[in-house]
Amino acid sequence: MQIDVRKVANLARIRLTDDEASALGPQLNHILAYVDSLQQLDTKDVMPTAHPHDAAMPLRADIATNANRREALQAPAPATDSGLYVVPKVIE
Amino acid sequence: MPFTPLHAWKERLDTGALTAVDVAKLYLERIARFNDRLNAFVHLDAEHVLAQAEASDIHRTKHGPRPLEGLPIAVKDIFCTQDGPTQCCSHILKDFHAPYDAHVITLLKKAGAVLVGKTNMDEFAMGSSNETSVFGPARNPWNEDCIPGGSSGGSASAVAAALAPAALGTDTGGSIRQPASLTGIVGLKPTYGRVSRRGIIAFASSLDQAGPMTACVRDAAMVAAAISGHDPMDATSVADAPDVDWLGACEATDMRGLRIGRPKEYFVDGMHPAVREAIDAALARCGELGATIVDISLPHTEYAVAAYYVIAPSEASANLARYDGVRFGHRNQAPDDLFDLYTRSRDEGFGAEVKRRILTGTFALSSGYYDAYYKKAQQVRTLIRQDFLNAFETVDVIATPTSPVPAFRLGEKTDDPLTMYLSDIFTIAVNLAGLPGLSQPCGFADDLPVGLQWIAPAWREDVLLSAAAAFEAASDWHARKPEAFQ
Repeated sequence: MQIDVRKVANLARIRLTDDEASALGPQLNHILAYVDSLQQLDTKDVMPTAHPHDAAMPLRADIATNANRREALQAPAPATDSGLYVVPKVIE
Repeated sequence: MPFTPLHAWKERLDTGALTAVDVAKLYLERIARFNDRLNAFVHLDAEHVLAQAEASDIHRTKHGPRPLEGLPIAVKDIFCTQDGPTQCCSHILKDFHAPYDAHVITLLKKAGAVLVGKTNMDEFAMGSSNETSVFGPARNPWNEDCIPGGSSGGSASAVAAALAPAALGTDTGGSIRQPASLTGIVGLKPTYGRVSRRGIIAFASSLDQAGPMTACVRDAAMVAAAISGHDPMDATSVADAPDVDWLGACEATDMRGLRIGRPKEYFVDGMHPAVREAIDAALARCGELGATIVDISLPHTEYAVAAYYVIAPSEASANLARYDGVRFGHRNQAPDDLFDLYTRSRDEGFGAEVKRRILTGTFALSSGYYDAYYKKAQQVRTLIRQDFLNAFETVDVIATPTSPVPAFRLGEKTDDPLTMYLSDIFTIAVNLAGLPGLSQPCGFADDLPVGLQWIAPAWREDVLLSAAAAFEAASDWHARKPEAFQ
């Protein structure tokens, strides 16, 4: 199994320079070859573990508890205008 | 005086021998004197520290002391704090100021603690040596050419050199226990779900857990008691978790009746011989204290690192999708379009190790590979959990080395990511199984500290603390301090 680094980087929304891509390719394939040892184990009929404890997902009452903190929450944003996040134009 | 443990500071403050301001000044002076050498703190606002200490002294006078009244505690740069920056030691969060406190930060404030700065760490907690930090590596007080371990390396370095009497770390695959081991301090990773993860910058959500790093076992119990408990705003915080008597557990002075499992898979070729000798000697001491040492097997141990390096990067790739250059964090200044904004901001913002993990995880979750990687790793996780459940049918607690080797030299493992990943070979299975683990000092190898790891069944931190307290009472390893920082 060989990773197509460019394809995966595109999925992950990370632009890679040519140098980065040529360094990461062999490293990722090396890591992947190591984790392939998992395939040696027979896991037929073994339930996957997503959470370490057999706990049910808790529910809470459907009551709004958050005050409007738009200004505080948008303060770390690189660019906002009138309470909106500013991004490059997406519609012609 | 600077190496005074947290519980002894508490006694002195409670008797009125000293004020919180006195204690804060002492540590601020030490940070000013030593931090250039250790790079343990990446942010410190001395005025703010003194203001908290003054407020604590006033609170004590007016209302009496709270459990951690006036005690300085440093926190890893992964905890969101409204005061000062929270940067996760990443360029992508440069100058980020969190709009709210992490739940554990709120709890420390309510307990009266004085929060001291932000400590160095591997970028996004991804590393075992603190070398991936955008602020440069923290260093090991026992040998400044060596790494302090990671990812909570700054917290470990700060406590080991007494730049703070206690610190918070987080542990996803060993990031509290391994640096504690490598710097000769105590590190406790609680049971998954014991401590709220809200406001702790997420790495791998099914593995991350916060915990204390301290000079002794009792101090770890004091801090753990303050930060534990159900948080309704964290869905993975367990509501009906059995509570433990944190401080009562630390009263143990012997191990009569305790059955300690010694898993053969944790005593492997490639271990440093002096680490093996230290662990063997520690277990012999436990035998003298009344414990029975039982040889056990955790047969799927060899697959833990592989399962972890599928699960943790997969969850990280999802968690780190939020850094898009739009809502917070670094943003590329001249993107061609929205897609370009995402990809350039993320390329510029993330370091090499973070990119490696995001890409590994993205691949493992991508169409056509999910079953072969992520689902397979989760099934292996079940087998690893089952190993521990089987072992705890016959033993009360498990003892292992925390790390197969003592602290290595800066730069020694940075060229080969996989070699670095194998540093966590003895700590990772504990996270996969969601169990509590504790590392405590138990000897030296090449003049560097060696850690003994205790692993208990879920929710039995009291068993860990009792075993560790009894060992500590019968040894003086925890009392050894690095000479250069006396």
